[in-house]
Formats: sequence, structure tokens, C-alpha cells
Amino acid sequence: MASSIKAPIKAKHQRLVLLVVALVVLIGAALLAAWALRNQASYFYVPSDIVAKPPEPDRAVRLGGMVEQGSLKTAADGVTVNFVVQDGKARVPVTFKGIVPSLFVEGSGVVAEGRLAANGTFVADNLLAKHDENYVPREMQDMTKDQAKQVVAETQ
Amino acid sequence: MHGFANPARFLRIARWLMPLCMVLGLVVAALALGWGVFFAPAERLQGETVRIVYLHVPSAWLGMAGWMGIAAASFTELVWRHPLAAIAARACAVPGTVFTAVCLLTGSLWGRPAWGTWWVWDGRLTSMLVLLFLYFGWMALSQASESADGSENRAPAIFGLVGAVNVPIIHYSVIWWNSQHQAPSITMGKSAMSGDFLVPLLAAMLGFTLIFVGCVLARMRAILANQQAEARLRRKAFSEVEF
Repeated sequence: MASSIKAPIKAKHQRLVLLVVALVVLIGAALLAAWALRNQASYFYVPSDIVAKPPEPDRAVRLGGMVEQGSLKTAADGVTVNFVVQDGKARVPVTFKGIVPSLFVEGSGVVAEGRLAANGTFVADNLLAKHDENYVPREMQDMTKDQAKQVVAETQ
Repeated sequence: MHGFANPARFLRIARWLMPLCMVLGLVVAALALGWGVFFAPAERLQGETVRIVYLHVPSAWLGMAGWMGIAAASFTELVWRHPLAAIAARACAVPGTVFTAVCLLTGSLWGRPAWGTWWVWDGRLTSMLVLLFLYFGWMALSQASESADGSENRAPAIFGLVGAVNVPIIHYSVIWWNSQHQAPSITMGKSAMSGDFLVPLLAAMLGFTLIFVGCVLARMRAILANQQAEARLRRKAFSEVEF
């Protein structure tokens, strides 16, 4: 008779438990889906992906990474640019003919849409600049970190 | 919390809190935008276009916060059947939708000069667009579900909770997946954004958040007034039948 003495579970507590269980299951399902999508949902391949598993020659892919310092060269025709995209582990040479976005500079991020040619060069049809999460005022760009700190200290 | 179950008590507080939030929010947001547009510096790479951040980031935050508001209200509705919960959820929907749309529009305008494209189907942009469609769907559902037994709030509440799964996806999309959109600049206690941008941005976020709260309170008052008017009409119709 112990069960009849025990106070019945309040309806709202029952709903609370049910809902919390449902939410945990839901969040688990969403995390699993996100994990399963980790390759498909990526917007581009990084150079180490391209080097490790080269895409078929005529498949359109996106390559994203940093433009290597000192690698950006404009060809004699004035509209073709050659540069190297790297991610710290691998490097992929890229060639592009056209007008580059204004944020496209050495040491900055880029997403190139195009195909991998047989000689290992990535031929881009389109370039998108990627900006990173750092926001730096124009006045401080040419200073070293210490100089910038000094200026900040002086103005405070 | 059930102290607010009495709508009259809520209305007494909302009557002065709503205009306070609105006025304070408009002043703070205007000052922050003025600061951001006229006094904050240009960015090293992006130049003047960076100034749209003072509208873009607050809108993104409030678009997501709006849905978290719907989800929290939905949870309260499902568990405690709080009489104001469903009203609060409905009140969050319109301002949340507007801020999500503003976020997408300003992001598109910013993407053209910064990235070289109006739109890309990367994880962040796509999940934010999904949020806009979730808002549309939620509003349609909450308008359409009406029943006599008082269960009309249940379907939108379940939708509100399930849809909340999209909010962490929006946030983590740039961390989990390679994306065109950059990783978050402001994370727990750290900022990759120089203080010259950060301070007006935080001020703009505060101002727009106050405006958002003011809008939600105003909508809740309007919905309550509407319900009271309808109840009065119904009573009147009943009494006419009886006499």
C-alpha cells in the first residue's frame, strides 16, 4: 500500500520531466546531425584536404585558406594573378584571371571557386575575399604591437 | 513568477516599463550609431564599410534572442501553463523577424564590398535564412491554431522549442564548418575587435536590446487589450441572448 500513501506526482512536474527529456533527445539529435554534416556543410576545402584527397580534374570545388606572404604575382598581361593558398600544413598554387576583390591581399583569407588542373595548380573562376575576426583601426595598421600599445596607453 | 500571472499586475508594470525601455533604447541606439558612423575609426582592410557592423551585429543578436524568447516562453507555457507565456511568445515573433531580416539585408550589403558577393550558401548565412523562415512558419502556425479547449497554444509552443535547435547551429556554424563568414570576434571575455569598434558596438547592442524589450512589452499589452475587448464583446453577446 506504500504507493497509495505516496503523494501523486504533480502534473506540472510530470510535464517538466517529460519536456526536459524531450529537449535532451532533441539536442542530441541535432548534435549528431551537425557532426554527420561536418564534411558536407563545409563551404570549402582547405589546402591539406586538396593535397590529401585531390578532387577529380573537372569537378568544381572551392578552396579556402590564407594567401601566402610574398606569393602574389601579377602576370605580364596585367589581369592574371598567381598566388599560393596555404593552411599551415599544405600549399596549393592558384591562378586567376579577372578583377580581385578589394580585401584580397597577402596574408589574408580567400575562397577560390574553380577546378584543380592536372599539373596541381588550382584554376579559379571566381575569388571571394574572407576577412578574419580581427578588427583593427586604420591608424594602427603599420605599427608594431608595442607601438600600438604605447599609443593606446597614451590616449587613455 | 506566478505573481505576474495576474495580467493586471503585469500591465501595471508594463505601463511605465515599456515607454522607459523605448525612450532609453532609442537614445542609446541613436548615440551608438552616431558614434559608430561619425567618430569610430575606419578599419585597416575594410575601410569605411566596417561601419555597418553597428547595425548588423545587434540585429543578428536580437534575431536569435527573439527566438530564444519564444523558446523560453514556450517552455513556460508547456510546463506551467502560465497565462502570459503564450502572449510573450507571440509578442517576440514580429520584432525577432524584423531584426533577422535586417541582419540578412545588412549582411548582404556588407558582403558585396567585403567579400565580393551579395550571398553565399555557407553554414552561417543559410542557417540565418532558415531562422527567418522559422519565424514566418511560427507566426503562421500561431495564427492558424485556434481551438475551444484552450490547447491552441500547444502546437506553436512545441514548434518554438524544436526551432530553438537552430540558434546554437547559427552560432557554431562558423566554428564547426569552414565558412565564408568569419569566426566570432567577441567570445567569452575576449575580443579580437579593437576597443575603438567594440565600445560603440556594445552600446548599439544595448540600445537595440532595450528597443526590442520595449516592442515586446508593447505587443504584449496590445494582445492583452485585444483579448479583453473580445471577452467583453462575448459577454455582451451572451447577455443579449439571455434577456
